[in-house]
Amino acid sequence: MASLVGSRVERKEDKRFLTGKGRYTADINLANQTYAIFVRSPHARASIKKLNIDKALKSSGVVSILTGKEIADDKIGGLIAGWAIRSEDGTEMKCPGNPPLAKDNVNFVGDPVAVVIAESLEEAKEAAEKVEVDYKVLKAVTSTADAMNGDTIHEGIEKNLCFDWLLGDRQKVKEAFDKADKVISIDIINNRLIPNAMEPRACVADFNAASEEITLYTTSQNPHLSRLIMSAFGNVAPEHKLRVVAPDVGGGFGSKINVYNEDIVCSWAAKKINRAIKWVAERSESFLTDIHGRDHVTHAELAVSKDGKFLGFKNETIANLGAYARVFGTVTPTYLFGPCATGVYEIPAAYTNVKAVYTNTAPVDAYRGAGRPEATYTIERLVEKASMELGIDKTELRIKNFPTAFPFKQTLVHTVDSGDYVAGMEKAKQMADYKGFEARRKESEAKGKLRGIGVTSYFEACGIAPSAAVMSLGCGVGLWESAEVRFNPTGQVTVYTGSHSHGQSHQTTFAQIAADELGVPIENIDIVHGDTDKGTFGMGTYGSRSLAVGGIAIVNACKKIVEKGKRVTAKMLEANPEDVEFKDGEFIVSKSNKKKTIGEVAFACYLPGVRDEMKSPLPEGDEPGLKETSFYDPSNFSFPAGTHIAEVEIDPETGHVKLEKYTACDDFGRIINPMVVEGQVHGGLAQGIGQALYENAEYDETGQLMTGSYMDYTMPRADNFPEFNIGYTCTHATTNPLGVKGCGEAGAIAAPPTVMNAVIDALGGQEVTMPATAEKVWKACKNLKKSNAKAA
Amino acid sequence: MKDFNYHSAKDSKEASKLASSSSAFLAGGMTTIPSMKLGLATYKDLIDIKNIKKLSGIKVSGKSVTIGAATKHVEVSNSKDVKKAIPSLSSLAEGIGDPQVRNRGTIGGSIANNDPSADYPSACIALNATIHTNERKIEAAKFFKGMFETALKKGELIEAIEFQIPEKSSYQKHPNPASRYAIVGVYVAKHKEDVNVAVTGAKSCVYNDKEMSKALSGNFSSSSIDGMDLDSSEMNSDMHASADFRASLVVTQAKKAVDAC
Repeated sequence: MASLVGSRVERKEDKRFLTGKGRYTADINLANQTYAIFVRSPHARASIKKLNIDKALKSSGVVSILTGKEIADDKIGGLIAGWAIRSEDGTEMKCPGNPPLAKDNVNFVGDPVAVVIAESLEEAKEAAEKVEVDYKVLKAVTSTADAMNGDTIHEGIEKNLCFDWLLGDRQKVKEAFDKADKVISIDIINNRLIPNAMEPRACVADFNAASEEITLYTTSQNPHLSRLIMSAFGNVAPEHKLRVVAPDVGGGFGSKINVYNEDIVCSWAAKKINRAIKWVAERSESFLTDIHGRDHVTHAELAVSKDGKFLGFKNETIANLGAYARVFGTVTPTYLFGPCATGVYEIPAAYTNVKAVYTNTAPVDAYRGAGRPEATYTIERLVEKASMELGIDKTELRIKNFPTAFPFKQTLVHTVDSGDYVAGMEKAKQMADYKGFEARRKESEAKGKLRGIGVTSYFEACGIAPSAAVMSLGCGVGLWESAEVRFNPTGQVTVYTGSHSHGQSHQTTFAQIAADELGVPIENIDIVHGDTDKGTFGMGTYGSRSLAVGGIAIVNACKKIVEKGKRVTAKMLEANPEDVEFKDGEFIVSKSNKKKTIGEVAFACYLPGVRDEMKSPLPEGDEPGLKETSFYDPSNFSFPAGTHIAEVEIDPETGHVKLEKYTACDDFGRIINPMVVEGQVHGGLAQGIGQALYENAEYDETGQLMTGSYMDYTMPRADNFPEFNIGYTCTHATTNPLGVKGCGEAGAIAAPPTVMNAVIDALGGQEVTMPATAEKVWKACKNLKKSNAKAA
Repeated sequence: MKDFNYHSAKDSKEASKLASSSSAFLAGGMTTIPSMKLGLATYKDLIDIKNIKKLSGIKVSGKSVTIGAATKHVEVSNSKDVKKAIPSLSSLAEGIGDPQVRNRGTIGGSIANNDPSADYPSACIALNATIHTNERKIEAAKFFKGMFETALKKGELIEAIEFQIPEKSSYQKHPNPASRYAIVGVYVAKHKEDVNVAVTGAKSCVYNDKEMSKALSGNFSSSSIDGMDLDSSEMNSDMHASADFRASLVVTQAKKAVDAC
């Protein structure tokens, strides 16, 4: 039987998605359901003086209106940060309370203060307009850079500072800088982004008075984790009385990791009113209240010797948490950021210092790449600047500082098991025709255009994460994954995974893996996820973890099935278990060449007895049935890496940046389905290029979101991109049996510095902040013209 | 969205009769409906004019192209007659919004709305258009009064737009990357007697740039406007483009348009 791993198997999920048969949360309608509309703060910072629902209660069709008072009276818990971070001085981070409905204070535009539940959506909307809230508007803090100088947002949290965190050794870095021939420094802004999943958030909550069970259908990347949080911290219901279902989910990118206010409120309220409640976000609510991403202000320095060896690195960052610290809000700018700050280079001394601040803006949390794009942007912008200042070719300078051997013990935290960074660089250069660039630059110049080339070499820590490692760093849960493989008596297989697919094609790739492991045709394998009533506990999907952690759990559970199969076969064929081999779905006794298919073995496992020809007394100690579970806790992160090269052409008269060429040469370890990986790379690149050239979430000084719709927030479109040139080097991970590393975030991590390095190269080294909009680039072109004129 | 009455008029007369101070004509609804959904506008009556047959269609004569008010953008961009007579008008229509907008939005709706960043008003100015209403004919130069303001009176309905066929013309736009409305759009048209340089997106309302028109009437070459320093004091300034950038773009796009003629 040919191996399915490595082949372009068509997606099992496509038929239902392409024929409109997907079942998303908004598609779910329950008998006798009501509709919820949230009353949200129009102010970025205010105290609530009075909230009057009398008029609204009289509005037609209103079932109930609940406010922060009721939720507090019922002792429903607030939203939480899932990771405890300690400051450099040893103090614990400072987190404010974040009630699901604000009672006394609101802290960003969109912070909910009440929920209106009515018989129809129109009636709920109508009534919501009649809720009267008397706010005392306070001065908002919106700037990341100045947040520590603003008014105190949360009582007792001085300077709006959640923590002031250090990773690395300041003294060693000082010594390295003292010895340096040159110091390259840079000030950069990592612009705030809005995730914009295609499917807006939604939830439908139901209460069964007979079983006293709440069922929540919700747009989540991790239903099991959501249930745990809602139960343990939200006090909504004990875990066994709370079922969370995340059916088809239309994109997450990190924005659907969090348990949100609406999940808790609707679940709690459904029980209170003993009716189902449906809430579907409007797009403008998504803009305002989904978690945002990035938003760092950074000063970084690189100490170098004159021959281009990197000696030391420092990174001083202010990270904006928004109004509250959410699930991955505090870990994203620390442990997902700092350990990757030195990139793919041997740098003997380094530190990263992060001050995480609160502002009156939407909470900032993990967004595709989470911390690693910010880290990569900083080091790769610095390295590119160093190449300009030292006059060393940008690819040579990188190669000079790549590790020479693997495992590669990094300066700060990670030990990278495998990779070949030089091979990746050489292949990328060839794919991009790096040598031919100067000729292309001249052609552009002849047309009056400016052309630039930019390079990024990156690595990322994925496969999140070894539990022992993350728990020692403050994580509230272990980040293992579970899988359960169940054979039916008639030979088909159902695989339950604790990870969750919201666009990642798990139904196909996981089935490919199980098909290879078990020798069962792929059409006889179903992958089930997204329901706390189906399968064991799991941690969900983010941090490129599903395959490298969840996929391995599936492999391990399959291996247990095969082991049991060997024992059962031995008993059936009167042989020694050690003499039974398993290959392509058949158990073969090596001495006699007698065999049983895995289907026959499964059937026998469910019928332990003797009848006519059928004979399957189970081996002693084995239970009937064929079902195995595995909890896989990885021994290390996985470390995808690669080199990307971009070429841009700029029209100096309009400032328009045209992305002419984009080459991505990635090392994802073993590839399960190349077609699916291409999709992941394309999507990541679109988001990364979007950050570099188009996307920007902008608040005004009063905390109003200026880019609250697609009229003003530039989502990139297909015509913004060239054909992507994609290639791979595949060095297998040594830390997991599949040799896989993860591919979901690479594009979003590598693209921003790659594109910006190209833009800045075209502009003769002039800095431009992301996104490189036409006006910024036009201004830089004017300056360039002036300085060229002066030089002449 | 608040409740409203929906009417489908069978002819202009009925449409006009139904109009009141709290009504709106509905053609493609590309602005009206989102405004109502967002609560920015409320109407008691919406008078649908899409089913008035007389309002749709394209006629070309030797001197002019006449387009019915309810003609969709996609119909203008796909029309072989328009492509032949005024190719720049066809390409303008092709660059409006996105496919959804082009398959719903109409030329009359765009002009009646007079959004300061809309594309069509510049075509009207550049191509010396005559706006035919159910009551009268209005010259384009007198039609666009200010931001979202036109010479239309209550109940007055645009029936067709008649464009003068120029010798040469081109429309060049620098789109807002998000909405793809014009940050600046410049429509240059060379007629027998004169040259029009109609600018949209730059100020509160479309206008004919007299300075550039004069320079190009003398010498129809981009060199005659190169380096022109326009007064930016009345230009729009927002998070997408400052007034100075817009002023520069007006000249750049005008040059491009002349070169493309």
